[in-house]
Amino acid sequence: MRMKTTVVAFFSGVVLLILVLAGPPCFAQIDHNIQPYTKTETSKVGRLTGHAYGVTDSGAEIYRRYCVGCHGPYGDGTGENAMWFDTTLGFSKPRDFVAGTFKCRSTPTGTLPTDDDLFNAIGRGFVTTNMPSWLALSDVQRANLVAMVKSFSPRWASEKPGTPISIPAESPATIESILHGRELFQKMECWKCHGPQGRGDGPSASTLTDDKGNPIRPYDFSTGTRFMCGETNTDLYRIFMTGLDGSPMPSFADQIKPDEAWDLVHFLRTLQIALKPPELATFMQWQQSHPGQLKPIGPEAAPGSGE
Amino acid sequence: MRRYFSSLMLLVFAGSGMAVVAGSPAGTATIEGKVTYTGTPPKMKPIDMSKEPVCAKEHNPPELVQTVTTAAGNSLEYVVIYISKGAPEETTPPTQAVRYDQKGCMYTPHVLPMEVDQPLEIYTDDPVAHNIHPMPKLNPEWNKSQPPGTPPMQTKWDKAEFIPVKCNIHPWMHGYFVVLKTNHYAVTGEDGSFSLKGLPAGSYTVTAWQEQYGFQNQDITVGAGETKTVNFTYKVTPYIY
Repeated sequence: MRMKTTVVAFFSGVVLLILVLAGPPCFAQIDHNIQPYTKTETSKVGRLTGHAYGVTDSGAEIYRRYCVGCHGPYGDGTGENAMWFDTTLGFSKPRDFVAGTFKCRSTPTGTLPTDDDLFNAIGRGFVTTNMPSWLALSDVQRANLVAMVKSFSPRWASEKPGTPISIPAESPATIESILHGRELFQKMECWKCHGPQGRGDGPSASTLTDDKGNPIRPYDFSTGTRFMCGETNTDLYRIFMTGLDGSPMPSFADQIKPDEAWDLVHFLRTLQIALKPPELATFMQWQQSHPGQLKPIGPEAAPGSGE
Repeated sequence: MRRYFSSLMLLVFAGSGMAVVAGSPAGTATIEGKVTYTGTPPKMKPIDMSKEPVCAKEHNPPELVQTVTTAAGNSLEYVVIYISKGAPEETTPPTQAVRYDQKGCMYTPHVLPMEVDQPLEIYTDDPVAHNIHPMPKLNPEWNKSQPPGTPPMQTKWDKAEFIPVKCNIHPWMHGYFVVLKTNHYAVTGEDGSFSLKGLPAGSYTVTAWQEQYGFQNQDITVGAGETKTVNFTYKVTPYIY
């Protein structure tokens, strides 16, 4: 009896040792990296594997497990759940990977995003849509999904991703910067869709549709929710300079100079009243010391109307 | 206003037609004709520009939606006619730019044909910002803002395609870039007529394209110095689906 116990203990010890040495994959490499991914400019995907097919944890396997329900077996955004996405409530339909048009890019409008843009988007998820953050997958798994996403559109075979736009160092968020940003907000007619107070209620807001003709809503700054493509000032800069392709949001890269763009970023922050950002405090302070000096924003200040 | 506008467009078309003639040798053939419709055409709605008062006051009475533009004599306007087969493919794109205008929150012309890789310049005359949002399937899709007083936007398309273009700020603004592989093309004017000049003698397939009713083909053989007539008739429906 005693002999038996020793033998059992010995063999289970050996089995345990083998298990530890062989390194079962289910325990390894779960990397819950909760950094804001858009901050890193160095390529992560290149250093990871990025297999679409054929290996363990390949993009195809993971896609079939987690993505196919919405994005569909052909990657065209018509998975069986897609019909339940109510665009009239502001939920965008799943992305059509066949079209090869992506909202969140570091590259100019009309170009393909970089691998990192897609990698970041999968990890970040899309706030206000049904696309969750996939940080629960490992970096390798997400890199493999990038390879899978790229396999759907013929554009990747014939085109190279665009060159990411260069972003100068952020200027200080002074009151001059905020006020100049406010002028740009008026001049570029951001308020036409986003509304004079950034509440997403501009005169054109109700008529907006995306590429597929589905209704789409402009971002409401007052709620203070994350932006579609990240949460930092750099993300905000990138959003309006590259545009969100496939949506009504155009690129302003040809119209706003790089240094001026930071001014617009600082003003846009003041619209996020729910967040109480430091820019808003600066702006409120200025308004209190300069009563009645602020020109209105919106149709009454637009050139040609009311004159 | 509308009549004046249309005659202006005719002038523009005549101008582009002449550009084709200029380089053609003597003894070339011409294909001309007219595009008409049978049936009851849909009644186009007047465009409500009340959300952009600056533009609304430029159109009195309001412009009609241009999806199916008809005129007296059952003629169809804005039909693109081009040689789809038989003409040698252009190898060098023309350097002469084609011009697309935004005026009074309308695209002029409504349908703009051009060649692959031909420079395209997009102008704005309006005191309000537009965004130019072409929605191609083969070419890359882009979307750029053009506030008032900005210089023309320079671009081109490297694949042949019929590209719808819109402005998201002004949802009634709708047009087409028609990118073709041939330099033998025309757009019908208000009277539905067109003419393809400067063709070498040979057999051709002439294709007509209307944004609502699609394509029609006709084969024709022309000899040197000949002028032949090809007419197209579209069957129209009173409702647009």
